[in-house]
Amino acid sequence: MAFIELDHVSHIYHAGTENEHQALSDVSLSIEEGEFVAILGTNGSGKSTLAKHLNALLLPTRGTCRIAGYDTCEEEDLWKIRQEVSMVFQNPDNQIIAAVVEDDVAFGPENLGMPPETIRENVHRALEAVHMTRFRKFAPHLLSGGQKQRVAIAGALAMQTHCLVLDEPTAMLDPQGREEVMTTVRQLHQERGMTIVHITHFMEEAVDADRIVVMDQGRLVVQGKPREIFAQADRMKDLGLDVPLAAELASQLRKKGVPLPQSILTDEELVAALTQ
Amino acid sequence: MLSDITIGQFFPGDSLLHRLDPRTKIILLFFFLVAIFAVSSAASYALLAGMTFALILVSRVPLRMMLRSVKPLWWIILFTFLIHLFSTPGEELAKIWIFTVTWQGLAQGFLVCLRLVLLILLSSLLTFTTSPLKLTDAMERLLSPLRRFGVPAHELAMMMTIALRFVPTLIEETDRIMKAQQSRGADFSEGSILNRLKALVPILVPLFLSAFRRADELAMAMEARCYRGGEGRTQMKALQVTGIDYIACLFSLGLFVVLAFLR
Repeated sequence: MAFIELDHVSHIYHAGTENEHQALSDVSLSIEEGEFVAILGTNGSGKSTLAKHLNALLLPTRGTCRIAGYDTCEEEDLWKIRQEVSMVFQNPDNQIIAAVVEDDVAFGPENLGMPPETIRENVHRALEAVHMTRFRKFAPHLLSGGQKQRVAIAGALAMQTHCLVLDEPTAMLDPQGREEVMTTVRQLHQERGMTIVHITHFMEEAVDADRIVVMDQGRLVVQGKPREIFAQADRMKDLGLDVPLAAELASQLRKKGVPLPQSILTDEELVAALTQ
Repeated sequence: MLSDITIGQFFPGDSLLHRLDPRTKIILLFFFLVAIFAVSSAASYALLAGMTFALILVSRVPLRMMLRSVKPLWWIILFTFLIHLFSTPGEELAKIWIFTVTWQGLAQGFLVCLRLVLLILLSSLLTFTTSPLKLTDAMERLLSPLRRFGVPAHELAMMMTIALRFVPTLIEETDRIMKAQQSRGADFSEGSILNRLKALVPILVPLFLSAFRRADELAMAMEARCYRGGEGRTQMKALQVTGIDYIACLFSLGLFVVLAFLR
């Protein structure tokens, strides 16, 4: 069985009231251990709602959601699920709890009741993994946005988590901060084989994923390898999404009759194909 | 800049007083404050004053900073002194208009002021040598025996921690909102008091809204990180009683015995 298994999951906010809103309809998705999946979609496509199902912050209204074999609806497995799957949220300021970086990283392990020695070691390793050891005594408000998000990632690592769910972690960052966070995420995926679920609306960040899942109006509309997805430039546009510039240009040129392969994704590949 | 503000008056250092367990400091401070009010002889005051001075030296907090903590209460101290000076009956020393100054009044006024100053200095020593985080921690541990009577010790400490964490963030936010309103022509520094208060409304409303939104998101982030209250929670930096704590307690005990004899 896959690490994450969503089976016909629907979620309705405020069910039974006049504000009733169906955010997810009949989503089935499975994610293997060690996979890097990017979830794309416009605002209101249900991608954040989907993310919150992955560590039982939200429970499905219909369907089942199994994480590492545990059903998220089973109350007694809740803490095991949340240890397996950690979330990093969009606003870096609103997820740091303690007034000192290392204390914040220790927050998760403390909640799990780990012995102080183990916590100290986990915190040390986690800060090292995101290259923030130098800032361990800093107050969070003295850090840049990218650094704060790396602290949040360290907080997840210190819990010995296996899967990171990142809910638009770069949306509020400047280009440099985005790069810092994405480099860290890629590193964790490649070097530690962590399962990554990355929710974003920046197409360039999805290019490195093993698989892209596109959401629209609460439904899972298309999924596949980045090259397959971005080759369908027109379809992406219809869904309100961009494709990377190189893929877009290649698609326009193909329409004008220039023979270019479907799989062009990066600037380098486009240049190589054009100069052949 | 608003963001330069630091919370409390912690003076970072590594002196004996800094290394003392915050719980020891709080408990000893409590007994010393009681002692200051319980004794009345000149000898015991000299002893307490000498001890306070010695502690300031040990803490390596600059004397100027210590005195600055007395400054806000300067007027109260002076006022107390004058009242005692003029209202204590006894041997007449001088007569100014309708007020009579007595020897006893002078002595009494001096003693009461000394009490106040020692009180302030000792309490400030606690906050100067203990970081707010450690104070919060100590508070949680000291209150935890009261949990069975319904005192939410852990929750109070968690509230303090979060408040300490968010004070700078909210100050930054206030700064930003003020600038945004100023760029649209708001004026916070002119006009009558009523007008100035009115000008604060467009700052407070967005500030509160965003604080509530933050609280919501923070609660979710805490839940995502397995927070479920104080039950079964451990601490990375658990407070630990060490040798210096025992020495400090023994030393204080000795002092209290001497004070009990001197009265």
